[in-house]
Amino acid sequence: MSSNKKYWKSVEELNENSSIVETLKQNEFVSEIPTDEFLGDKETLESTATTRRDFLKYVGFSTAAASLAACEGPVKKSIPYVVQPTEIIPGVANYYATTVADGFDFASVLVKTREGRPIKIENNNLASTNGSANARVNASVLGLYDSLRVQGPKKNGNSISWSDFDAETTKVLNGLKGSDKQIVLLTQTYASPSTRNLIADFKEEYGNVNHVVYDAISESAAVEAFQKKYNKRGLADYDFAEAMTIVSVGADFLGDWQGGGFDAGYSKNRVPDHGKMSRHVQFESNMSLTGANADKRVPLTPSQQKLALAKLYSLVTGNNVSVNGLPEAVEAALKGAASQLKKAGSKGVVVTGIQDINAQTVVLEINEYLKSKAFSSNSSLKTREGNDKAVAQLVADMNAGKVGAIIMSGVNPLYTLPNASEFAEGLKKTELSVAFSMKEDETSTQVQYLAASPHYLESWGDVEIKSGHFGLTQPAIRPLFDTRQFQEALLIWTGGNGKSYSDYIKVIWNEDILNGASFNQALHDGFFVSETNELDDIDALEGVTDETEEEVVSSGAAAQALASSTNSNGLELTLYTKTGMGDGQQANNPWLQEFPDPITRASWDNYLTISKADADDLGLSNMHVANGALNGSYANVTVNGVTVKTPVMIQPGQAKGSVGLAFGYGRTSGLKEEMQTGVNAYALYQNFNNVQNVTIEPAAGEHEFACVQLHNTLMGRGDIVKETTLEIFNTKDKKHWNAVPVVSLNHEETPVTSPEVDLWDEFDRSIGHHFNLSIDLNACTGCGACVIACHAENNVPVVGKTEVRRSRDMHWLRIDRYYSSEDSFEGDNEKKDNISGLGSSLSEFGEMENAADNPQVAFQPVMCQHCNHAPCETVCPVAATSHGRQGQNHMAYNRCVGTRYCANNCPYKVRRFNWFLYNGNDEFDYHMNDDLGRMVLNPDVVVRSRGVMEKCSMCIQMTQKTILDAKRDGRQIKDGEFQTACSAACSSGAMVFGDINDKDSKVAKLKEDNRMYHLLEHVGTKPNVQYQTKVRNTTEA
Amino acid sequence: MRKVIHRSLSRSFLSLGLIVLVAFTTSLSAQEGDPAKGKSLFNANCAACHQLDKKMTGPALRNVEARLSDEEGLDREWLYAWIRNSAGLIKSGDAYANKVYNEFGGAAMTAFPQLSDDDLNNILAYTAEEKKAPAAPAAVAGAAQTADTSGGISNELILGALAILFILLAAGLYLVNKTLRRFAAAQNIELDVETGRTPLWKAFVQNQFLMIVVAIFFLLSSAYFVYGYFMQVGVDQGYQPVQPIHFSHKIHAGDNGIDCKYCHSSARVSKTSGIPSLNICMNCHKSIYEYNGETSPEYPKEFYDGEIKKLYAAAGWDDADQKYTGESQPVKWVRIHNLPDFAYFNHSQHVTVAGVECQTCHGPVEEMEIMYQHAPLTMGWCINCHRETNVDVKDNAYYEKIHEELSKKYGVDNLTAAQMGGLECGKCHY
Repeated sequence: MSSNKKYWKSVEELNENSSIVETLKQNEFVSEIPTDEFLGDKETLESTATTRRDFLKYVGFSTAAASLAACEGPVKKSIPYVVQPTEIIPGVANYYATTVADGFDFASVLVKTREGRPIKIENNNLASTNGSANARVNASVLGLYDSLRVQGPKKNGNSISWSDFDAETTKVLNGLKGSDKQIVLLTQTYASPSTRNLIADFKEEYGNVNHVVYDAISESAAVEAFQKKYNKRGLADYDFAEAMTIVSVGADFLGDWQGGGFDAGYSKNRVPDHGKMSRHVQFESNMSLTGANADKRVPLTPSQQKLALAKLYSLVTGNNVSVNGLPEAVEAALKGAASQLKKAGSKGVVVTGIQDINAQTVVLEINEYLKSKAFSSNSSLKTREGNDKAVAQLVADMNAGKVGAIIMSGVNPLYTLPNASEFAEGLKKTELSVAFSMKEDETSTQVQYLAASPHYLESWGDVEIKSGHFGLTQPAIRPLFDTRQFQEALLIWTGGNGKSYSDYIKVIWNEDILNGASFNQALHDGFFVSETNELDDIDALEGVTDETEEEVVSSGAAAQALASSTNSNGLELTLYTKTGMGDGQQANNPWLQEFPDPITRASWDNYLTISKADADDLGLSNMHVANGALNGSYANVTVNGVTVKTPVMIQPGQAKGSVGLAFGYGRTSGLKEEMQTGVNAYALYQNFNNVQNVTIEPAAGEHEFACVQLHNTLMGRGDIVKETTLEIFNTKDKKHWNAVPVVSLNHEETPVTSPEVDLWDEFDRSIGHHFNLSIDLNACTGCGACVIACHAENNVPVVGKTEVRRSRDMHWLRIDRYYSSEDSFEGDNEKKDNISGLGSSLSEFGEMENAADNPQVAFQPVMCQHCNHAPCETVCPVAATSHGRQGQNHMAYNRCVGTRYCANNCPYKVRRFNWFLYNGNDEFDYHMNDDLGRMVLNPDVVVRSRGVMEKCSMCIQMTQKTILDAKRDGRQIKDGEFQTACSAACSSGAMVFGDINDKDSKVAKLKEDNRMYHLLEHVGTKPNVQYQTKVRNTTEA
Repeated sequence: MRKVIHRSLSRSFLSLGLIVLVAFTTSLSAQEGDPAKGKSLFNANCAACHQLDKKMTGPALRNVEARLSDEEGLDREWLYAWIRNSAGLIKSGDAYANKVYNEFGGAAMTAFPQLSDDDLNNILAYTAEEKKAPAAPAAVAGAAQTADTSGGISNELILGALAILFILLAAGLYLVNKTLRRFAAAQNIELDVETGRTPLWKAFVQNQFLMIVVAIFFLLSSAYFVYGYFMQVGVDQGYQPVQPIHFSHKIHAGDNGIDCKYCHSSARVSKTSGIPSLNICMNCHKSIYEYNGETSPEYPKEFYDGEIKKLYAAAGWDDADQKYTGESQPVKWVRIHNLPDFAYFNHSQHVTVAGVECQTCHGPVEEMEIMYQHAPLTMGWCINCHRETNVDVKDNAYYEKIHEELSKKYGVDNLTAAQMGGLECGKCHY
């Protein structure tokens, strides 16, 4: 029965005469839909001859024509050499040993070249010092192919020839010879015996020469403290492999503290061996990589750190130093640390990053007192020679008109000096200003002569990284552009008789360094260790004349002076360097820009890190927006009247009362537009002091971050990053701390590894190779070298800030960082287990999303897990992803149609979809859109196109090559030959790759280790990537 | 390298008209030796550095004895001494010996103490032979051409005669038919006229079953051809582009039997076989400046010689002065075998490890005047071979263990590449 009810749409219908009701009856919409408007200009639309049908015809024809045209393959040319160099075989890589020495990073590395093009930097495992490349060094190869490099010498912005350059500069220099004006050489730290000799020659030639060494980020305090104590200029050298108890006060020694490169030694004792591992206590203000790895981390403001160090001194040595104002908890932590240090004795070591000569002296004294084996006063690091006072004096001299000529190399003072404007003024008062630079950067655009200099992969050089440990730099490619290195120019200015710098180095090495050893062997190895400890003339370094201005402080006095140094009341800013950007030299390197910071996981930015409490007080906040990305407030940071506006990132673990800001960003000159990110923190780096008192005010606006990890906690899911304490690890059975998950089978608990609970039949993998990658969460420091190595090896594209913000980053390998929500991850697990009922779960899960004020931190590198029972493989409709017998999960890009089912079905979220064509696309103006930048691509790995899925291949091109080499030689493969890009780049030994069917291999043994577990084991995917449970040494006192 | 210290005849001497004297001595020496034996001796011992009419590593040797005695007043004894031990002669301070030695860049000629006086006489007799007229090969080629054309004409003639025969036959039948009809008309005989039956095509159209069958057949066959067309898109089998230099693999690999890997040496160790750099060509072509092998009308000797000239221009070799000018011009070859970027292929795996003959994939290269792509280079083609080919595991320690285990698993003695895992996607696509 139908109803007779009448439904009214509105009261208006009661009015029979209403025009609206009538209109509505006729038309569905009250007003006409403006189709013409949104279709474009109405008139043109009407007048145009192209009808919709015509349009469709054209589309059809052009599509057909395009597809027909595509049927005809292009004609490819192949151009062989006229005379092929004997060492080059097309298709076979050559390796050369060389040394990076850019004034900030110093490392012995191998350069992989293909057809004469350097394409990758690898660790030089032979080298005894700094043989490992960090993320920046790994990425430095891309700098060679930077399209913004200066291609030839310039005078006031116009190109000139080198001969004109020589004639003109020599004329001015000769004119200055007799005058009272100085000729200043302002250089980076070269630590190069040959360059030192050359500069001496130059001084002899021109007389009034002043060589000023300038480190953008100063370690002057540490250098001076060492000099005062041991009468040698250098940095104290530490070997953390010798230390079982490490106490660090503000030293980010896994980062760039004292030039970095300490992580390999540190990691050696972090892996529990026979029940023992090192204990690491960290006192710091910013959450650093080192603090994140510490067993115990105590957040302290910089001024409190000074007190803490003085207190530690008094506790360890027994010299009474009165220290007031430390909170009780800190006192307790210090007591614990001191007693552990004393117990460890010579196996203990203390380091500090406080840029204060007293603090550095105190540390040296504690280490001497402990007779620490990790520290030797005989040897010193030469990688920071900078002299702050000399630089300050130089700026004053320039403005006073005392400087006739300034020649700069490897420095960018107009960017890195806080008083850059004064320097710029002074520059105008010189008769001659020359900058050797690869870029038209802030400084080189303001000088008269821009001397285009080569990349280190095109240069010769030598370096004494530490006493008696020498490295050689050799070119791996002929200079791409019309460039000349600083040393060649010095040779010309000193009338070097047409001798090249390589000859010069050879002479110096044969005379002073090699002691009769072969130069060619040293060149082959890339390094040389001298038996006779160090060069004689090293003590007589220039610029250290003012060293004796303060008297040598006696024992205990330094600590007392440190303790009584003024205590600050306001917020204290600690300026630091990020793992990716360092001092900012490589700001135009897209790999490094897109490299997510290991701690904050934000890329393409620097920001003010601030504690949650301080942020709340100041009204600063971070929020997630609708597309899942992170936004943050802005703040004005003021130091002595200099204000910069920075975005704010709330950082768990940041000491209350302190803030942090990274160097290296905010460059504008000589950079592609996309790379001009962040703010320049050097403006706040007054008096070369990385700690400043600041005032902070909220500023208008909201900053958009490109952060790749927004969920910071594990929510009590302890089976993702398995963790235990050393005590439990040593005393309890494996099932207590690394239990295999169980499932119910016939009401019985059955381990998921059992074949009975498996959906699939097991494939016999005992024949041939079966690759496994083991990742030790104890040894991994989160340094990120593997991320860049993977980038370089596998042609991973850079997608840019806006795309990263949309979670479309392409990193095949990511390093997840987790904070604990309670004080420890253990606490999180307990809290989750105790949740019962809906009410409690709603509130407490909510709480667990927030990291603690001083959380525990865990790093976990995650790449494709190469599951033996891979969920991605079963859902691919076109079988583009399949499993190999050798354990690798294959991805056939040419077969993939881009349905993305696989990514949805992957429990590890390691698959990456190519949303765009990143290669040869000007919308992505990084490096793959120009011929120069594409030279870095690895020819053995295909460049993926738009619309296909990609992921970690377990470097199948490398395993296949190893196998082929063995087949050609007709031999078995030895353990250690198989490598992936990440495992080869890992200097801490956290990543071990190999064949588990070779029962004697390291990885096969690791697979049987008690600490071994698989990620999300309960899913039953049976991955070929294993993790080793993280063990924390929580032993107090 | 070996060198002879003889000076080539300078033009001034030629113009001096001393040829008469030369002729006398030539005839004299010619009587003393056997030019035929001399030729084989020359080819065995001297030809690496000398030619009769062209300066090479050493001077040209046509009429060397005559020229020496005319110009320098040196006799045959001097030549004996020089050939057997040139270094000794130079050391002794002989003026002309030193002059020649310096003229050819100070490269000493290999000593031939083993050559007897007779041998030397034979060689000198050979050098004293008059130059042959080069007209002969052209004449031969011409003759061949006429023979070819005459063969063509005879075929056409037969066909033409047959055609005429058929036409005559047809005309005859028509005339007979016409005549018979006229007779019939004349005698009033009525011929049966066929009644209008349904034409065949109409019947066909009306038969629905047939129509459907034909339509299906038509659709299927067109689908077959369309599929075939699309499947050959991007397959360049038979691709035979014109190269900037006409390099004949037939002459090099076929006629002269040069090993493929002499030029394509990186095939042994690298993923690419490598297009030889020009210095490899010049290893031989420094001394091979002309083509003396078989020719055809299409490719006469002049053509090949011209191609060698192109090589010289590219490599920057001045053939007259026998030295490099340094002005080289890399050759832009047209690449024939193109694999897409997403397919990884490694030559050394197949050539060195598996020992596959180059011809297996590249076809009868030694017969190719112009190189072309022999194989389709499709994935199906690759896989087929991987399925059928046994892996060569002999004397290769790498394969020992895996071969033993796999043979047990599959119960076979010889394993194919497919059984080794050679069909897995990731082995070629990464």
